[in-house]
Amino acid sequence: MAFRGLDYYGIDELLTDEERLVRDTVRDFVDRAILPGIGKHWSAGTFPMELVAHFGELGLLGSSLTGYGCAGTSPTAYGLICQELERGDSGIRSFASVQSSLVMFPIHAFGSEEQKERWLPAMAAGKAIGCFGLTEPDFGSNPNGMLTSAVRTADGYRLNGTKRWITNGNIAQVALVWAKLDGVVRGFLVPTETPGFTARTIDGKWSLRASVTSELHLEDVNVGEDAILPGVSGMRGPLSCLSQARFGICYGAVGAAMACYDEALSYAKDRVQFSRPIAGYQLVQRKLVDMVSEITKAQLLAFRLGRLKESGKLTAGQISLAKRNNVSIARDIARDARDILGANGVTDDYQCGRHMLNLESVYTYEGTHDIHTLVVGQDVTGLAAFDR
Amino acid sequence: MKILVPIKRVPDPALKTKVKDGAIDLTGANWVVNPFDEYAVETALRLLENGEAGARVAGAEIVVVTIGPEDAAQQLRSALATGADRAIRVDAEDKALDAGVVVAALVQIIAAEKPDLVILGKQAVDGDANQVGQMLAGKLGWAQATFAASVELAADQKSVLVGREVDAGVEYKRIGTPGILTVDLRIVSPHSVKNNVTPATFAYPDGPRYASLKGIMAAKKKPMDVKKLSDYGVTTTPVTREVGIELPAARAAGQIVADIPTLVKKLADEAKAI
Ligand SMILES: Cc1cc2nc3c(=O)[nH]c(=O)nc-3n(C[C@H](O)[C@H](O)[C@H](O)COP(=O)(O)OP(=O)(O)OC[C@H]3O[C@@H](n4cnc5c(N)ncnc54)[C@H](O)[C@@H]3O)c2cc1C
Repeated sequence: MAFRGLDYYGIDELLTDEERLVRDTVRDFVDRAILPGIGKHWSAGTFPMELVAHFGELGLLGSSLTGYGCAGTSPTAYGLICQELERGDSGIRSFASVQSSLVMFPIHAFGSEEQKERWLPAMAAGKAIGCFGLTEPDFGSNPNGMLTSAVRTADGYRLNGTKRWITNGNIAQVALVWAKLDGVVRGFLVPTETPGFTARTIDGKWSLRASVTSELHLEDVNVGEDAILPGVSGMRGPLSCLSQARFGICYGAVGAAMACYDEALSYAKDRVQFSRPIAGYQLVQRKLVDMVSEITKAQLLAFRLGRLKESGKLTAGQISLAKRNNVSIARDIARDARDILGANGVTDDYQCGRHMLNLESVYTYEGTHDIHTLVVGQDVTGLAAFDR
Repeated sequence: MKILVPIKRVPDPALKTKVKDGAIDLTGANWVVNPFDEYAVETALRLLENGEAGARVAGAEIVVVTIGPEDAAQQLRSALATGADRAIRVDAEDKALDAGVVVAALVQIIAAEKPDLVILGKQAVDGDANQVGQMLAGKLGWAQATFAASVELAADQKSVLVGREVDAGVEYKRIGTPGILTVDLRIVSPHSVKNNVTPATFAYPDGPRYASLKGIMAAKKKPMDVKKLSDYGVTTTPVTREVGIELPAARAAGQIVADIPTLVKKLADEAKAI
C-alpha cells in the first residue's frame, strides 16, 4: 500500500497546496522508482545511477534555486523533497543534498556567470554530477585545519591535497574542492577529468551503502583562473553550503523515521505472540507512542525551520538544534523499529535495519551530533567549548 | 485542437473506507484525482504533443474542469502541473451532485468551450457508477467511444480510431469529432496513444506522468476560473438518493478439515457448493 506518512498534528494543513503537491509527487516517485530496487543496491553497495536522469526530469536537483533550469520551489518544498527521498534511503537523499546544496547552491550563490552557465543547467538536468570536497583524512570536525593547498600559477592555480569521505566522488564530473590559497579557504571547481585528479571509492561501509563515498587525490592539479569561486572566501563558503544541506537533512531524518515507524506499526499489528498482536502489549505501545511523539516534534521543528528560512530569519544555531535533534531521534526510532521486528528486523526483507545503519552516517556527517551540541552550547552560553 | 477533460476528486482508493453513523466517514480523508481521470488527462497530453521532443503541438489546448467544493481546486492544480493549460471549477457541494447534475453542467460548459474532444475516465472509483460519459454523449447527441484502451488521432484531426477491449478481443471504432471518449486503464500503456506527431517507435513510460517541479511551479500561474452552477443556468437537482451505507459483512474465519472426505461432505452439506 502506498505510503501515507505520519501526520498526528495536522501539520499538512500548514503547507501550501504547491508544497503538498511536490511532496506527494516525490512520495509517489519513491514508491514506484526507488523502493523496489533500493534493497538490492544497498546490499550490493551500488548507487542506482539510473535514477539521476529521473531526478533531472522531475526537477529535484537544485529545486529551490531560481533560473538556470531550476524549478524555484520554496525552501520548505526542498525540505519535503529531502524528507521523501530519505524515506526511501539516506544514501539517495545524500546524492540529492550534495548535488543541490553543496555544489549547485555555492555555484549559484558565489559563482561567476560563466560558471553558472557551464554547470547549473547540466546539473539541474542530471547530466552532470557534482561532489563537495571539504573533509580530509586528518581534518573532519575541524575542517579549518585543512592541508589541501592552492598556489597561483601563470594562468590559474595548482592544487595539492587529499579529501576523504567525499559523497559522489567517483561519479562526479565536477568537484568543488576547498583549499587554502595564501592561508585562506577558497572554493575551486575542478573538472574530474583534469590531469592529476584521481578518485578512489571507499568500500566496506556498513552504512550508506547505496551511496558512493570516495577519497580524492589532487596531485599538481592545474586549473584555470576561471576555476575559483569568486564570490566567497574563508570558512563562510563551505559553512554556508553546509547550512543548506543540513536544513534538508532535518527533513530527511523525519522521512527515515516515518519509514521505520510505518514498518514497525504494521508489523506490530500483524505479529501475534502469546494471546494477541504484539501491538497490543504495553511495552510495544510505549515504543510506538514514543515514535509518534518524537516524529511529531521533529516535524514541527523542520516545518518552523522552513518558514524561518523563507522569511530570512534562520540562524545557524537553529539549524544545528534541528539537525542534532532530528537525526538523533530518527536513529533511535530506527533501532526501536528494528527491535519491534524481532529477528525479521535484521534482514534486508525489511527497511528498518537499512535505515538504522544509514543513520549512523547521517549522525556523523554534516557536523557530528556532538559538534552541533557545542554549536548550540556556544550560542546559548556565549562560551565556545571548542577551539575556533 | 482543444480537449476538455472533466476530473473528479475521490477519497484515496488505497485507504480503507470507514463507515460511521450510517455514512462514509470522510473526516481526514486523503483526496486524490480519480485514477481513470488521471489517465484521461494523460491521454489528452499524449494526443496533443510530440512525446519524443517533449513539445506541445501548436494551437493545442487542454482544459480541465471539476464540479466540486473549494478543496477540489487542489486536484485541478495537479492536472495543471502535469501539463493542462487552463482549469474551470464549478463550485458545488458534493451532496448537491449526482451524474445528472454533473452532466447538465458539463453540457453548458461544452457549449461555451466548444472542445473537439471530451475525454473522461470510464468511471470514478468512489461510486463506480460509470454514467457521466455516456449520458453526456446522449445529451449532446455526439458520437462516443467508451472504455478506450488505445486511441489514434487521424492526421486531419477530424476523427479518432479507438480500440476497446471486449470479451471477444479488441473492437476498433472510428468516431468523428466532436466526440466523447472514456478511457480504461490500458490507455496509459507505452504505445496506446498515437497522434501522427510522436514517432511511432517512441515508448512512453507505463502510467500517467509525474508532474515535474517546474510544472508545479508553472501551475500556480495558469488560469483557474471559478463558476457557480447558476452561472450555467443549471437548476437540475440530484435524482439519486442515498438510502443507506453498510460495509460488506466480514468474512468468517476459515476451517481446516482433516481429510478430503470431510471436505467433500462439508462442501455438500454445509456450503451446498456441490
Ligand atoms: C558516508 C559519509 C559521507 C560523507 N560525505 C562527505 C562529503 O561529501 N564531503 C565532505 O567534505 N565530507 C563528507 N563526510 C565527512 C563528514 O563530514 C565527517 O566524517 C564529519 O565531519 C566528522 O569528521 P570525522 O569523521 O573526521 O570525525 P572527527 O572529527 O574525528 O570526530 C570523531 C568524534 O570526535 C568528536 N569530536 C570532535 N571534535 C570534538 C570536540 N571539539 N569536542 C567534543 N567532541 C569532538 C566528534 O563529535 C565525533 O564523535 C562524509 C562522511 C560519511 C561517513
